[in-house]
Amino acid sequence: MSRSHQLRKLHGRTMEALCLLAALAAVAPLFAFLWHLVSMGAGALNPALFTQLPLPPGEVGGGLKNAILGTLLVVGTATVVGIPVGVGAAVYMTEFARPRMAATLRFACDVLSGVPSIVMGLLAFQVMVRPMHHFSALSGALALAFIMLPVVVITTQEMLHLVPHSLREAGHALGIPAWRIASSISMRAAAPGILTGAILSVSRIAGETAPMLFTAFGNPFLSLDPKAPIATLPHTIFTYAISPYDDWHRLAWGGALILVLGILGATLLSRFILWWHQRGLNA
Amino acid sequence: MLACQNLKIEFDRKSVIKDVSLEFPPQRITAIIGPSGCGKSTLLRAFNRMHDLTPGARVSGLVTLSGKDIYHKDEDPVLVRRRIGMVFQKANPFPTLSIFNNTIAGLRLSGLRNRALLKEAAEKALVDAALWDEVKDRLKSNPMSLSGGQQQRLCIARALAVDPEVLLMDEPCSALDPIATAKIEELMFRLRERLSVVIVTHNMQQAARASDRTAFLWMGELIEEGETEAIFTTPKKSMTEDYITGRFG
Repeated sequence: MSRSHQLRKLHGRTMEALCLLAALAAVAPLFAFLWHLVSMGAGALNPALFTQLPLPPGEVGGGLKNAILGTLLVVGTATVVGIPVGVGAAVYMTEFARPRMAATLRFACDVLSGVPSIVMGLLAFQVMVRPMHHFSALSGALALAFIMLPVVVITTQEMLHLVPHSLREAGHALGIPAWRIASSISMRAAAPGILTGAILSVSRIAGETAPMLFTAFGNPFLSLDPKAPIATLPHTIFTYAISPYDDWHRLAWGGALILVLGILGATLLSRFILWWHQRGLNA
Repeated sequence: MLACQNLKIEFDRKSVIKDVSLEFPPQRITAIIGPSGCGKSTLLRAFNRMHDLTPGARVSGLVTLSGKDIYHKDEDPVLVRRRIGMVFQKANPFPTLSIFNNTIAGLRLSGLRNRALLKEAAEKALVDAALWDEVKDRLKSNPMSLSGGQQQRLCIARALAVDPEVLLMDEPCSALDPIATAKIEELMFRLRERLSVVIVTHNMQQAARASDRTAFLWMGELIEEGETEAIFTTPKKSMTEDYITGRFG
């Protein structure tokens, strides 16, 4: 074997090793973060975390019941608004709009998906908090709906684009009305993908903190009134983490663990739906 | 009867079909032949207004069914397509619907709800498409489990269930083996008894054996049309003769 050949092989090996190192560095934060989260948060994980309200500073114990329920309410409301509108917009863009119209709308969604979440919070503040003169769960949900909309539109559109055009043609050739082709043929074929995208967009907004600062605002008490300020998990974690009390730090870790487990669960669920669907198609 | 007069089709101002006039008599199979890219499929798709769905496509001239202009502004393309069915080159059953629901998709998704009527229509269409015996025990199965030829016959059944007057077939056998092709041709002869069939094919043997009339298209122009036997034995134009004898195309 010639010298230059061996040199080239060595070069190849070195590059491969460097890339492997980069790949490890890329996933290292995940493991570091999981390790910290579990070691710090597991101690806080007990029934009280889910069933009790926070105690005043200085008192040991209490839980995050208000923030857990608050997050469910705010994220739930955002989902109920964001998903139908997002899916509807994507169906319009893919199935009905003229190409130029569709491209324009898609560009707007791409821009929208890059807008920082705090700016979306500001928008919700401007259109809801200011006219109503107080912070509210509803304005928090509105901010989250703004954030999730472009995500839902883009993923839904990607999924609808995967449906072969020949199926739509077959529908038209049978004299099926266009709205029926969209709902019963295109959307049905893309349903698992649309559902997956919807779940991922929910987990995307569940952890948003910045827009909550001046919309949902936070609330140390239990409130399920959509027109009143409400506690959410990410915002509570933020408040507790920067507080000077050890017991609040413990609760913040516990809250972070719940949040991450919820998002992890949602991601696994979406993977499972796709896998289950693929299995059905191959059977 | 389906007919077209001075039909012109353009895509983004590029002319694809130039001034074609043709008649498709009922109870006849008409084959449209010609080299690749001559506009056969484009012509066929004008007959059920499929070009309405293509941005940039422009159809001018007259297409009539029973003497009425199907492109008239008061005609709903959705209703036109129920009278003029279509089968595509590649079998395209709906993968999310069962064999049964594929067969009646045109009826059900247009609003027919009556279970008994739907069942009756499905059986009739599958019998007409010579598929009933092969699928009657697995109507609830996924259509993707069928063979290519069966899938194409399912697509024919699906088109027949809507009870059209004309069936347009765009190279329906080009992806099928000779046995599956023979079944489809047999089927065409039976369908001829009640509707008119227009088939686009690049296979000259198929045109010769499975059609009553033949139209030869070249570069978007109709060169010659007539009884299939005459076209294949005594063509009037030298270009037709050159094409069917394989000298070009």
